[in-house]
Amino acid sequence: MAQENQDLIRPFADTATDEPIINQAPVQKILNICRAMSLWPMTFGLACCAIEMMSFGMARFDSARFGAEVFRPSPRQSDLIIVAGTISRKMAPLVVRLYEQTPAPKWVIAMGNCAISGGPFVYKNQYGIVEGVDLIIPVDVYIPGCPPRPEGLLEGLFQVQKKLTGRRWWPLPEQARTSDK
Amino acid sequence: MIEAIPTQFIIIFVGLLAVMAFVGLNAIVLVYLERKVAGFIHRRPGPYEVGPPCFPHGILQPFADGLKLVGKQLFTPRGADSILFWLAPMISIAPAIVCFIVIPFGPHLQIVNTNVGLVLILAFTGINVLALCLAGWASQNKYGLIGAARDISQGVAYEIPLLLVVLSVVFMTGTFNLFDIADGQGAWPWQWYIFYQPLAFIIFFICALAETNRNPFDLPEAESELTAGFHTEYSGMGFACFFLAEYAYMVVASCIIAILFLGGFQGPVLPGGWWFLAKVYVLLLIMIWIRWTFPRVRFDQLLNICWKWLIPLAVLNLLITLAVIAI
Repeated sequence: MAQENQDLIRPFADTATDEPIINQAPVQKILNICRAMSLWPMTFGLACCAIEMMSFGMARFDSARFGAEVFRPSPRQSDLIIVAGTISRKMAPLVVRLYEQTPAPKWVIAMGNCAISGGPFVYKNQYGIVEGVDLIIPVDVYIPGCPPRPEGLLEGLFQVQKKLTGRRWWPLPEQARTSDK
Repeated sequence: MIEAIPTQFIIIFVGLLAVMAFVGLNAIVLVYLERKVAGFIHRRPGPYEVGPPCFPHGILQPFADGLKLVGKQLFTPRGADSILFWLAPMISIAPAIVCFIVIPFGPHLQIVNTNVGLVLILAFTGINVLALCLAGWASQNKYGLIGAARDISQGVAYEIPLLLVVLSVVFMTGTFNLFDIADGQGAWPWQWYIFYQPLAFIIFFICALAETNRNPFDLPEAESELTAGFHTEYSGMGFACFFLAEYAYMVVASCIIAILFLGGFQGPVLPGGWWFLAKVYVLLLIMIWIRWTFPRVRFDQLLNICWKWLIPLAVLNLLITLAVIAI
């Protein structure tokens, strides 16, 4: 297909999903707690935020503590899409496709300023960047920062868990201390 | 009415139920063990916070994972052969359960004592290759297809040294009966067949790793090359069935190694069942340890190891064994 004929600006992702087979409130409540405790992210990095996402899974910040270290390469097996970085117009259809390929209970984190609003790439006459991932797929949690620290991503994970189960599971961090007395 | 049912049938039925429980329990323990060992090797805690305070160290993590996978949407890709696609995970898990029927877990703990036990296990573990082939073929996915092709060539290649090595042990003992093989070895470690057949033990262990698709031979599902290989298109329980089957085959392979080379249920002081469980779990831990410390081999390297090294060595081992027996 010739370059100029490609439809690079896709409409919003198809968000229709099937109803759960067993839609009883207590069952869904237990399942939601289990889902919150084992959110498997997709191995999917778009730009420099992905470096922080790797750090989030590595020894120092260790998302395994909260059951979220199983980075699945296939969208069919993942629950959490961390959109980590700038979405160029060429990448946008693929982000939409990955979202549509993920089976039903799925959550999206927009990580970093580029994924939230286009970040530093928003200026007059820019032609290559999608200004915010929420223009193409629905987003559950936004994590600001350029890039956000891995702690920020962990906090985003906690917010997804809170959205799922209605409560915060882990204690709040202590107040950040500055070096001066 | 009850008298009409043969006793043997009832024993097999109850045994199969017990084995299913055993396989499920093992999968839960192994998922936790795998993630925890990975954590220790990476110098991080691994699963730690999940669960209420009365269940420390994230013991409830596998349960959360399992329930989540049950609650996931099932998905048949467009263009896939839906019958074969959903048959494949079942074909993968069912023979694994049958294999446990003939394994002697202890001196008095065996469901069926048959004199073709070893042949039965080798035959049924071969079906897994077919299941993975169907999974890759039916899912209408290029990564799945490449994964399936790799799995077949790997499975077929590594069956040969495996069988040759098993043959040398069988010639030593003169039986295919797993109970007799375990019973023929003494209680003390130096009476086990690992000291008569050290080369056979090493070859068998490498082949077992390759047959169960574990690292460093996990080419059918190589994540960095093939997305997820043959189970790329499987979500929820389909994926869980493949994982369950992989862990079940790991346990089967460890049981066979323990019986053939490490004396099975034989041990000095403790009763037999505990010795068997301890040996199996040490072998499983070694498999997990290897998975998290070794890089994946390339595909030509994988086949070269098999055809150029393992098969000639296995043949040599068999010939030497035969010569010693003849003398």
